[in-house]
Parts: sequence; structure tokens; C-alpha cells
Amino acid sequence: MEQIIFLILSVIIIVFSVLTVTSRKILRAAVYLLFVLIGSAGLFFMLNFNFLAAVQLTVYAGGIIVLIIFSIMLTSQLNDKLESAGLKKSVFSLIAVSAGAIICLSVIMNYNFPKASGLQPDSSMRNIGLQLLGYKENGYVLPFEVISILLLASMVGSIIIARREKVK
Amino acid sequence: MESFSFTIIIPVILFVSFLVIGLAGGKMKPIISGIIGTITLFFTTLLSYITAYLYFFDFGKLNNVYQKIIPFNIEWLRFTDSLIIKMGILLDPISVMMLVVITTVSLMVHIYSIGYMKGEKGFSRYFAFLSLFTFSMIGLVIATNIFQTYVFWELVGASSYLLIGYYFEKPSAVAASKKAFIVTRFADLGFLIGILILSNITGTFDFILLTDPNGVAISQGSSIIFVGLSSMSCALFLIFIGCAGKSAMFPLHIWLPDAMEGPTPVSALIHAATMVVAGVYLVARLFPMYALSAPAVLEFIGYVGAFTSLFAAIIACTQTDIKRILAFSTISQIGFMLVALGVSKYGSENSLGFTSSMFHLFTHSMFKALLFLGAGSIIHAVHSNDMKDMGGLKKYLPVTHITFLIACLAIAGIPPFSGFFSKDEILVAAFENNFALFIIQYIVAGLTAFYMFRLYFSVFWNKNAEYKSQPHESPKSMLLPLIFLAIASAVTGFIPFSKFITSDGISFDSHIHWSVAIPTIAIALAGIFTAMYFYKKDSERLSGANSNSIYKIIYNKFYIDEVYLFITKKIIFNLISVPIAWFDKKIIDNTMNGIASLTNFISDKIKSFQSGQLQQYAYVMVSGMIVILLLALYLFNQ
Amino acid sequence: MLAEIKLEYFLIVSTIVFFTGIYGFLTRKNLITMLMSTELILNSVNINFVVFNKYLYPENLQGQFFALFIIAIAATEVAVAIAIIISLYRRIKTIDVENVTEMKY
Repeated sequence: MEQIIFLILSVIIIVFSVLTVTSRKILRAAVYLLFVLIGSAGLFFMLNFNFLAAVQLTVYAGGIIVLIIFSIMLTSQLNDKLESAGLKKSVFSLIAVSAGAIICLSVIMNYNFPKASGLQPDSSMRNIGLQLLGYKENGYVLPFEVISILLLASMVGSIIIARREKVK
Repeated sequence: MESFSFTIIIPVILFVSFLVIGLAGGKMKPIISGIIGTITLFFTTLLSYITAYLYFFDFGKLNNVYQKIIPFNIEWLRFTDSLIIKMGILLDPISVMMLVVITTVSLMVHIYSIGYMKGEKGFSRYFAFLSLFTFSMIGLVIATNIFQTYVFWELVGASSYLLIGYYFEKPSAVAASKKAFIVTRFADLGFLIGILILSNITGTFDFILLTDPNGVAISQGSSIIFVGLSSMSCALFLIFIGCAGKSAMFPLHIWLPDAMEGPTPVSALIHAATMVVAGVYLVARLFPMYALSAPAVLEFIGYVGAFTSLFAAIIACTQTDIKRILAFSTISQIGFMLVALGVSKYGSENSLGFTSSMFHLFTHSMFKALLFLGAGSIIHAVHSNDMKDMGGLKKYLPVTHITFLIACLAIAGIPPFSGFFSKDEILVAAFENNFALFIIQYIVAGLTAFYMFRLYFSVFWNKNAEYKSQPHESPKSMLLPLIFLAIASAVTGFIPFSKFITSDGISFDSHIHWSVAIPTIAIALAGIFTAMYFYKKDSERLSGANSNSIYKIIYNKFYIDEVYLFITKKIIFNLISVPIAWFDKKIIDNTMNGIASLTNFISDKIKSFQSGQLQQYAYVMVSGMIVILLLALYLFNQ
Repeated sequence: MLAEIKLEYFLIVSTIVFFTGIYGFLTRKNLITMLMSTELILNSVNINFVVFNKYLYPENLQGQFFALFIIAIAATEVAVAIAIIISLYRRIKTIDVENVTEMKY
């Protein structure tokens, strides 16, 4: 049962990711990306990481894709047909990428991953929240604070960068 | 025994004077430079006279032999333990005599120049160079070793270059100074090679060790044979080439007539009295080696001197520029000195040639300097160098006239003036040792009298030329040296030179051989009367009206200059310099240019790496990472 | 529960997505599509972290937290990138990456 779900989810992910990078229409590429992200969230649910999957759906699929679509509209490209890349460029990239893929895959297949011990972690919401703000062993309060500052900085930065020039 | 260490002041004070006038001369009034130079010379002259008095009369002798005294000898460069170059002062009869000559003539020239060069721009520069020259010449004569001589030899050449090219805005002056420097430098190549061979054979540079007649140096060199001459003869012959260049012997005489482009007092100092006798002085300094190890070279020197003096005397008979006549006369008289050295042997009685050569050097410097300074006075009055513009000057320039006459009588060899005594001794030495040379020098003596009095009569008697402005006598600063030198020319003949200066330091008595003296006086008088017959009255003979071809050849100095120009321009420039210049320009420069354009080309091809395209950068990064990944996998799995 | 699905299968999926993302980054001309390819790459890395956490170190939650932070940073980056793209579009009226070559030699 699990295997079938896994198979479906992985096929969705792979097919839609290939479609994203080769689609000629930009809005369709954005939508295909959305499906990839949803499939990925499904993988997380399957692995019993519920919180992460929820965050993925909310932030990634909900926030970032919407942002991308906004920017597509702002740069008025909805109806343009994207050119495909030149032959030389795509062939070279294909060669490089497939070489990299083959190498990585061969490494992965030939490596003996150690067996896990089988202990189940406590992945309830309460626990995750406590760990996020914990400062003892396995506490993530420092990255939490840093990330919040980063988010603030990026907010301010993007507002400034995208500000319309003042007309004199 | 008093030490002669005060003699170090003489060169040092001159060098300091050169530095002071040279560096500060531009900031002072010009006359101050003249005064500084003259006062310095006055002190050095005084010190030289004191040295001479002390050396010759009080302390120089030991067991009746004049010693070579070395007050100073400091080590300057030490290459290895056996090759050490020192600088020092050597006092010996000829060097002390030269000290007297150089400082006296230089002092006279300084006093004269204050008047002659008045108003010239570059007045301070002139006096700085005069001090430099006097310093170098003194350094040359008091040298203790042959290397120091070479150093100061070159310095003298450089000072002469600076002084001949004093009027550097005139292209002829610049060309003349270059010619002088290049010809003497070329001769100095032979000199340097000679020094190297000599020091290699004998193992020393030092004069005392080299010229010791019982010493190792003289006996050693005769062993190795090269081209039929012993190696010592080769070395001494090469050194003589250097002397021939500096003393303007044939065929290296070409620079001296052109060097008259310099100011006249410079000609008096350098090209009459001091620098040109440096060659003779060096042969005299190395005389024991020449006489004992290489007598064939010494004989050759005699013949060269004789030929040159005849050659120059013939040319002088046709020239019309006063200073050129005096220049050729100088060449001729130096030939006399070299003939005297050539016929001499070592050992006091037989070395009459040596003594007479030095005696003639002494008297010649006095009367030749007087002749040049007098010529300067004439030129100053008439504003022209050419004899055709002059005549009847005896009523305008009385003092110059009388002093010039005394000098002419001296050079012609009329008693009781000094030239008679010195020339007579040379002729006696030649008569006793080599009759052919005696005949040549006898004829030259007659020619000397002829052309000098040709000059005298054309300038002071002859016709009354039309002068644009009345020629006036020179100022007192110019007349005083003339009078002093005239007295010197008249009186110095009576010095018993052979008591003081001989080849081995032992004095001997010499006396006048009337059997040689009377024919000498006769031929001199014959020359004078011939000149008087041709030139005293109004005559057109001066202008070369009989311009047959022989006269033309002689007037053009036997076309030697043209031969030199031909050789340098057509042969050396075209055959040697042009290919080398071609090689330099085409091959070497093009190689450098080629490297530069290759670099340009390569960078042009590489610069497309920096295209600004983001995706290209990303592509390169990804490819690089994959390559590194591959390497890591395979290298770490070995 | 997950004993049947071997670790390698998850890793194969994430590797393919990763290299697809790189291919898209190198090939696409539009800046926004390049941004989307970057999102693919980040997502594949997320899967990797989570899977390693589940299969190799199941007693703690480090992978999950790291993936959480990666999501946050990805959001940040997209925001700033969009701002830059919009600003660029205002300047040169196109968002073709081949026109942005001011760093050329």
C-alpha cells in the first residue's frame, strides 16, 4: 500500500518537475511547480512529519507560488510564448546534468547505508514547539532568532529595492 | 729627513676648488670663480716650487742619486691578494719637474683667462673645468702605479673634451671635442691592453717595482715570444700607442689641429704645455723598461717621432690660421722629444737623449704657452684667426710683439734663449746615436725657424691691413703672463738640467758641443732670413697664389682627415654598424613586439570567459563541481 | 511501516529533481523561470534531509528542523529576488537573462 502511494507521489514529482523546466508558457510552469510542491508535501506526510508538511503547503505552495504568479503578472508576460533555449546550450547542459546525475546515482546505489535503530521520535506539535524555543541540548532558539531577523531584513530590503523611483 | 707629506695638499686643493666653483659658481658673481681658481693655483704653484726646491736641493739625494720618494700610497681597490690598486704620490725628478711646469703654466693661463674670457657666459664653468684639468694632470704625473696613471689619463681626456667643447653652441666645436675624445679613447684601448699584458707578465702595477733596473720585472719579460717580439715589447708597444694618441703622433694626430676650436688659453694650457706631453712623460716614466727590455720599440718610437715632426713641419709651412700653425708646431716639437727619447740609452752618460727630451719639454711648455697666449692677444685685438686679416701689428701691440718675438727666437733655437739649449742637446744625442734621425731633425729645425718667422713677419710686419677698428693692446691681466713667460723662455736655458734629471738619478755634466751647435744656428738663421725675404714686405705669397697641386696637397694636411672620414663612414658604418642596427631593429625589437602581440592575442581569446552571462558562469560551476566530484571519487578510492 | 520502501528510492527521486532543477537553471532564459528552477533544487534538498533523518537517525528531529529553516530561507530569497526582477524590469523592460550583462569585460 505504502509503495503504491510512494510510486504515485514520486511519479508526480518527477514528471511535473520536468514539465516545469521545459514548458513554453510561463503560467503553466508556475502551476506545474505548485504540483511538485504538493507532491513533496505528500511525501512528508507519508514520512510522518506532519508539521513540516503543513508548513510546506502553507509557506511554499501558498506563499511562494502566489508571489511568483504576482511577479509574472507585474512583468506582463502572461501571454507571451517563451522561447526555447538554443540547441547548443541545452545539449551542453544536458550532458553536464546527466553526467552529474549518473555519478550521484551510482554513488548512492553502491553505498551501504547503516540500519536504523527504530526508535520513534515524538513529533507532536507540542514537542516541536518546545524544541524550537529550547536552549538546552537539541534546542533551536538561536537559528529561530536568526531566521526572524533574516526575514525582517529581507522584507525591508525587498520593499526598498522594488520601490518606484520618485519622479522629480 | 723631512717628509714630503704636504704634497698631498696640491691635488686635494685643486679638486676642492673644482667642486666649489662647479657647484657654487652659478650663484656667485663670475669674477669670484676666477679669483678662487687663480688663488688656488697660486697656492699650488707655491707649494710646487717649495717641493722642487726641497727635492732638488735639500733632501732628494741619497748617495748622489736622486731617490724616488713616496709620501703617500693608500690602497684603493683590493681585488685579490695579489691584485691591489693603490693611489699615491711619487716624487722623482721628472714628476717634480712636471709639477713645476704644470702649475706655472696653469697659473699663467688662469691670470690670462680673467682678462680674455671676461664677459663670456659660462665663465664659472670655464674655471671649474680648468681646475679639474689641472687636478687630473697633476694626478697623472705624480702617479705611483700605472693604473693610477690610466685613471688620470682618462680624466685628462674628459677634461680636455669639456674644455674643447666649451663653445658648445658651435657645431664645429662640438665635432672637434668629439673627435679629440674618440681618437684618444681609441688609442687608450691599446694602452689598456698594454697595461694588462704588462701587469700580467710582471705581476705588479707599481712604477718603482717595474722600473727597477736590477729588479725582476725587467729581466722577466723577454722570455715569451709573440709575433717575433717578446711579450714585454708587445706590451710596451701597445702602451706607446696610447702615448701616440695623447701626444698626437702620426697617424693619430688628427685631433690636435681641430682642437683649436676651444678658447685660446685652453689651447695654451692643454694642447701646448701639458696634456700633449703626457705621452712623452709616460715613455720617460717607463724609460728603463723601454731601454732595457724593448730597445726595438724604443727605436721605433724614435722613427715615429721623426716622421711626425717632419710631416707636421711641412704642413705648418702652408697654413694660414694662426692657431693651426701653432698646433702643427706643437706636434712637430713633441716629435723632437720622442726622437730624443728614442736615441737614448739607459745610464747617465749615455742618456743625454732622456735628459734633453725632458729639458725640451720644460722649455717648450714655456715658450709654446707664450706663443699661444700671444696669439690669443692678437686674436683679441683683430677679432680674426686668419693671417690674411693681419699685418703691421707691431705698432699697435708693442708688448705682445716683443714677447712673441722672444718666443719665436726661442723656438727657432737662437742663443741665448732657452730653445737653443734644449734643441741643441737633442741634436747632439741624435748625432751620437743615429745619424739618419739627426739629419731629419736638422731639417725640421730649419723648417721650424722658417714657418715660425713666416708667422711672425706676416702678423707684425708685412702690410698695413685695413682694420675696421683700431687694434688695441690687451689689458694688464693678459700682459702679465706674457711677460713672465717671456722671461722664463729667455732664462731657463741656463739651468744645468743634466744635474737634476737623468734616467737613473745620477747627475752628469753636459756642455755645448759647438760642432753641432753652429750648423744648427746656421740653418735656423737661414730659415729666418728666407721668411724675412718672402714675408716681411708687402707680398702676396701668403694667399697661396702659386696653387700648384703639391701646395694644395700640403695645405689640405695631406688629406689624412678625408681618409679617416672615408674609412669611418664608408667602411665601418656601412659594413659594421648598419647590419648591427638592422639586427637590433628588425629582430630584437620585433621579438619584443611579437611577445606583446602574442599576449594581446591570447587575452583576446580568453576574455570571453568574462561574458557577464549568468548561466554561463553557472554552467562552468556545475561542470567544475562534477569534475572535482569525479576526481574525489576516483582518487580517494585508490 | 517504512521497511518496505528502501532509502535509496527516496534518494533517487530527490537526485532526479535536483538535477532537473540545475538543468532548468542553466537552460531557461526568463529570470522567473530560473527562480522556479532554484525552488526545485531547494525542495529536493528538503526531501533529502527529511529522509535521512527518518531512516538513519530516527531518534531526533534535526532533519525536520533544518528543512523548516530551509523553507524559511527560500521564502526570503524568493522575495528579494522578485524585488530585484521587478526593479530590473522597470529599467530595461525585459527580464531576459541574456540582457543582464553589465559585468562583461
